[in-house]
Amino acid sequence: MSDLEVTSSPLIEGKVWVFGDNIDTDVIVPGKYLVHDLPEIAKHVMDGIRPGFATEVSAGDVVVGGSNFGTGSSREMAPRGLQAAGIRAVVATSFARIFFRNCINVGLAPVECAEANAIEEGQRISIDLAAGTVTILDTGRVLDAVALPEEIGEILGAGGMENYLAAKFAGEKS
Amino acid sequence: MGMTLAQKIIARAAGRESVEPDEVLWVDVDLAMMHDSSGPRRIWPALEKLGVDLWDRDRIVLVCDHYVPANTVAAAEILQTTRNFAEAFGIERFHEAQGIAHTLMVEKGYAQPGMLYVASDSHTCTAGVMGCLALGVGSTDILGVVTTGRTWLRVPHTIRVQVDGVLRPGVTAKDLILTIIGDKGMDGGLYQVLEFVGTAIDAMSVQERSVLTNMCAEIGAKTGVVPADQVTVDHLAALGIDAEEGPMSDPDAEYSQTWLYDADMIEPVVARPNRHDDVVAISSLGEPVVSRAYIGSCTGAKYEDLAMAAEVLRGRQVADGVVLHVAPASRAALQQAMADGTAQALMEAGAHLLSTGCGACPGIGAGILAAGEVSISTTNRNFKGRMGSPDSSLYLGSPYSVAAAAVAGRIIDARDLIGTAT
Ligand code: SF4
Repeated sequence: MSDLEVTSSPLIEGKVWVFGDNIDTDVIVPGKYLVHDLPEIAKHVMDGIRPGFATEVSAGDVVVGGSNFGTGSSREMAPRGLQAAGIRAVVATSFARIFFRNCINVGLAPVECAEANAIEEGQRISIDLAAGTVTILDTGRVLDAVALPEEIGEILGAGGMENYLAAKFAGEKS
Repeated sequence: MGMTLAQKIIARAAGRESVEPDEVLWVDVDLAMMHDSSGPRRIWPALEKLGVDLWDRDRIVLVCDHYVPANTVAAAEILQTTRNFAEAFGIERFHEAQGIAHTLMVEKGYAQPGMLYVASDSHTCTAGVMGCLALGVGSTDILGVVTTGRTWLRVPHTIRVQVDGVLRPGVTAKDLILTIIGDKGMDGGLYQVLEFVGTAIDAMSVQERSVLTNMCAEIGAKTGVVPADQVTVDHLAALGIDAEEGPMSDPDAEYSQTWLYDADMIEPVVARPNRHDDVVAISSLGEPVVSRAYIGSCTGAKYEDLAMAAEVLRGRQVADGVVLHVAPASRAALQQAMADGTAQALMEAGAHLLSTGCGACPGIGAGILAAGEVSISTTNRNFKGRMGSPDSSLYLGSPYSVAAAAVAGRIIDARDLIGTAT
């Protein structure tokens, strides 16, 4: 499956939206919207903390958070909603573990970066998942991030768990 | 170097002699669960696209609890999809309107010592009370589990939470875990397993212990576990299940931290609105006024929780201007409460009985809050807007504390009402 390795995925580059510590999935996608489908949910992403966020982001933007990003409910609609709103990656000093897994599974890059606090709202960053670096393009400063283990990078590199499974089952059948 | 309980379960599930913390591994899953919110509605289309069958329908539990009873057509359709899925795939362990999934996993004896159990909900950790490794994941993760019987994980470090001594009368497992969360913060256990040991834990019932494992989600932990003992074995034996005690941590196992607590020192506490780690002793809270009280959820509406509330409410009345909702965590909990007069005591005191299910806890079902309303609840989370309007205020406390607040219209020390004041 080497063609699916994360090393083959492109660099991510985008404009930054900064949030704080302990951003929970109830503010990312409030429970009352869970009954709806994804396009509707995407319109309300981050409503719980920054109403109107979904109308301000552009495709390819990046969310930057503090510690324990995505804590709380396991709702996968949190990363899916961010992704559907155009967000390409989430950089945080640490993640809630289920949110981290959900990101991988839906193909939204989670980037653990201890120095994420150095990134400011509106800056442009580029992320190299395989090397484990985040570069602030405005200043040129390079921050260390955790490179993804190969086992996980394969799933992300495939574009998420569904594609990964499809490739796996196709391989078994052939 | 010995291994922790979590390492032993993972090593077995990975087919290895031993495993080290931080290794990323693929493991075989023993048991999986999904519910109406995170299950079939999310994974069925993908399952069809993949064109594969379930890995093992007898190792999959399916529960309708989040949208029970349906109060919108959309919710009814979610339940219908879940029901249709159970039938289409022949899932026998399907339960609708019988209780909250995490309560049922323990109550029905599905979760057993030594298992590696994965489910698509953040409070999956509750089942760790049975001495298994209970891991919460998201819905696409569960798609992988139910089609392959496998998942990946990072071997966690374990924190030993040693609680010795005796909880004083009127002080509960809820007060203990809230105290711990208050001390360590909502990310205090990030990625790690909390293993609960000590004489105070030994003395607790399965239901009380399950409050500790349930709220490991609120400290960021991967999961919580209570090593199986005679209490665990007896619980399963009462269900006709013959279980052994299961794996234990080795005496020389390496823990990342040890947290020591003296049960005698634990006071009744609440978490203040919007942060479940903003925990204060009720005695120093200043008796804030509440107009709503809620006894519900997988954390706080099991039979023993209802019985604690009844201890306070028996012979008393819910204060004028206060509404107390009670949503039992399972049908069995309600039946037991009806059989011994607990339910009657609650109803005679003026409690409003709601359906068994997740209900207002995730802001989906009946009993949610308007802007400006102040409530106290036995649930496990109070993120902004969790139980309704983002401008409502929600305190979290024990069943005693919630019942006492319902009687007083203010958050007070319940021990003043149950004759155990110190
Ligand atoms: S009762 Fe609340 S915490 Fe428990 S499973 Fe339901 S929504 Fe989650």
